Amino acid sequence: MGKLKEFTSSSLFLPVVALAVLLVFNAIFVDGFLTIQMTEDGRLYGRLIDILTRSSSLVILALGMTFVIATSGIDISVGAVVAISAAVVCNLIGGRGDGVAETPMALAMLAAVGVGILCGVWNGFLVSKLKIQAVVATLILMTAGRGIAQLMTEGQIITVYYKPFAYIGGTIPGNILPTNIFIAAAMVLLVVFIMKKTSIGLFVQSVGINPTASRFAGINVTMVIFLVYAFSGFCAGVSGLIESSLIRAADANNAGLNMEMDAILAVALGGTLLSGGKFYVGGSVIGAITIQTLTTTMYALGVSADQLPVVKAIAVVIICLIQSKKAQEMFDKWKAKRAGDQGLEKAVEKA
Amino acid sequence: MKHYLNQLVASQYFSFVVTVLLFVILYAAGIMTYKGFMRPQVFLNLFIDNAALIIVTVGITFTLLIGGIDLSVGAVLALCCMVLAYLLEFTTVPVGLAILIILLMGIGFGALQGYIITKFDLQPFIITLAGMFFCRGLTAVISRDTISITNPFYVELASTRIQLGVGFISVGAVIALLTLLIAAIVLGYTKFGRTVFAIGGNESSASLMGLPVFRTKVMVYTISGFCSALAGVAYSLIMLTGYNLHGLGMEMDAIASSVIGGTLLTGGVGFIPGTLFGVLIQGVILTFITFQGTLSAWWTKIVVGALLCVFIVMQAFITEHKSKLSSKSSMESASK
Repeated sequence: MGKLKEFTSSSLFLPVVALAVLLVFNAIFVDGFLTIQMTEDGRLYGRLIDILTRSSSLVILALGMTFVIATSGIDISVGAVVAISAAVVCNLIGGRGDGVAETPMALAMLAAVGVGILCGVWNGFLVSKLKIQAVVATLILMTAGRGIAQLMTEGQIITVYYKPFAYIGGTIPGNILPTNIFIAAAMVLLVVFIMKKTSIGLFVQSVGINPTASRFAGINVTMVIFLVYAFSGFCAGVSGLIESSLIRAADANNAGLNMEMDAILAVALGGTLLSGGKFYVGGSVIGAITIQTLTTTMYALGVSADQLPVVKAIAVVIICLIQSKKAQEMFDKWKAKRAGDQGLEKAVEKA
Repeated sequence: MKHYLNQLVASQYFSFVVTVLLFVILYAAGIMTYKGFMRPQVFLNLFIDNAALIIVTVGITFTLLIGGIDLSVGAVLALCCMVLAYLLEFTTVPVGLAILIILLMGIGFGALQGYIITKFDLQPFIITLAGMFFCRGLTAVISRDTISITNPFYVELASTRIQLGVGFISVGAVIALLTLLIAAIVLGYTKFGRTVFAIGGNESSASLMGLPVFRTKVMVYTISGFCSALAGVAYSLIMLTGYNLHGLGMEMDAIASSVIGGTLLTGGVGFIPGTLFGVLIQGVILTFITFQGTLSAWWTKIVVGALLCVFIVMQAFITEHKSKLSSKSSMESASK
């Protein structure tokens, strides 16, 4: 009983239960949801694997977003940065029909991630140095970013025919799982390792709870905030690689569309307060997978991609309300009042 | 001389003066480069083309003044266009009633957002971001394709030209100018307007002064929702369609216009005539790009983003300069 209570009050409770509900729903209503098969060329295949693959770029975005939100900031430019990164990598490799890369793929990938970091650095500079509100600072890149991506691709959708490019979002021959799952796992492990071995996590949390007090405690607040946005840009850059590789093309209009909402939703679902402070990397990862499962379920139910935000927007508001202190106070008051009424009734009965 | 300069920078109209100067310079540059800029109709077209943006900017200025933000404006505009087009095309609802319905929808949605934000003390950006996604999704639920408005009365309304001697303006532009006028009067000369500024300056102080903080905040988001719906009417008068991607990114254009016009993002400082010039500057840039002919329309977004940056940085410096000035003057008066 004690264990159960510990679990229900832990931060992982909400995302795990949500994920379990979705999985059970899918297992009942979708045929062959749980089956995983081996294809002839030795790859694992199934709906569960599909969800994991699809959620990898979201997991990476959610990692970056977790730290940004922990410093009580927000980064709504991630979707646009994904588009920019995708445009860079596809532009450099080039859309030559004979499948020859114009630039070595490793170089193109590095450049794309580099541009992602650059975008993050720009956001970080605006927020930490110039003290602009995070929403507005990242809003600039959110709208201007897609314009930049459009200019890079000259308004066209660049399709890449270079074979190895598909390996990022697909399977390298000989592996049983798609590469992007490994990339996401590596990023998560990297973050967990850094959290365990350094005190950066503590710094981020402290800045999120009270920046002034953190400064007096000797933490370089400007630097922490700056790094957090740079890291978010890095994550968006990596996710741009995966997103473009999945469709083997750069689509400046649709790459990473609405992903900022998904990332925020994943972080909030994972138990991190949107007002900053304590954060949960594990929660965000499970949150991201849950969101992707929700998306897949909605698609299976016949909801189209541009109608899906309705469901997600409602989910965000509900999670915000659950997190809100005021709502909790009101609920407690209501409970106390009800308990009081019942007590009164009992007393009346006794009398 | 330096004293005057200091005073000018510290004055609350400094931003406004810079904006007007910038507009005049841009327009003069336009006249020098392209002959067509001279025609008065080009100037009047700024109002016709940007009628919706002017109305949205007025609404968003209210939310910025109390230190909040409303990211849902563009999506609410798209939803209103879509509902209007749907009502006029597929039902027999008369035009007047259809417009009334979408205005009420805007009011209702704004009030709901305001209530959630204020009652549960949530960050405005996250709720209005959710609102933005909600409305865009809902627009797609109504129709994923473009619905054209063919209602004869509405089409005639859209093509009505109001002659002004040297040129003409549209019905939408008249609505926009009226909205500006009413907003300027409400903010400058009413109790409600002063309460808005007081909340933006310091919410706890305003609350301790006994001002109706809760009611005013909900009202402000309601006004923003109403303005978005009204802008939806003006927008559909230009486009004559309902489409899922109408007004995409308009929230940034509106915030940029408001900031360029001298509204402080931290709240408490703002000036409605300034917002008009903020919109006009964007309009001039767009006209430049149209006259130039070869530049892609995406440049507008990038230029507006850059302008927004410059003005925010300028604001940061002005605020710093002001606090230095005030601390200096207080030290001087203490030493006397």
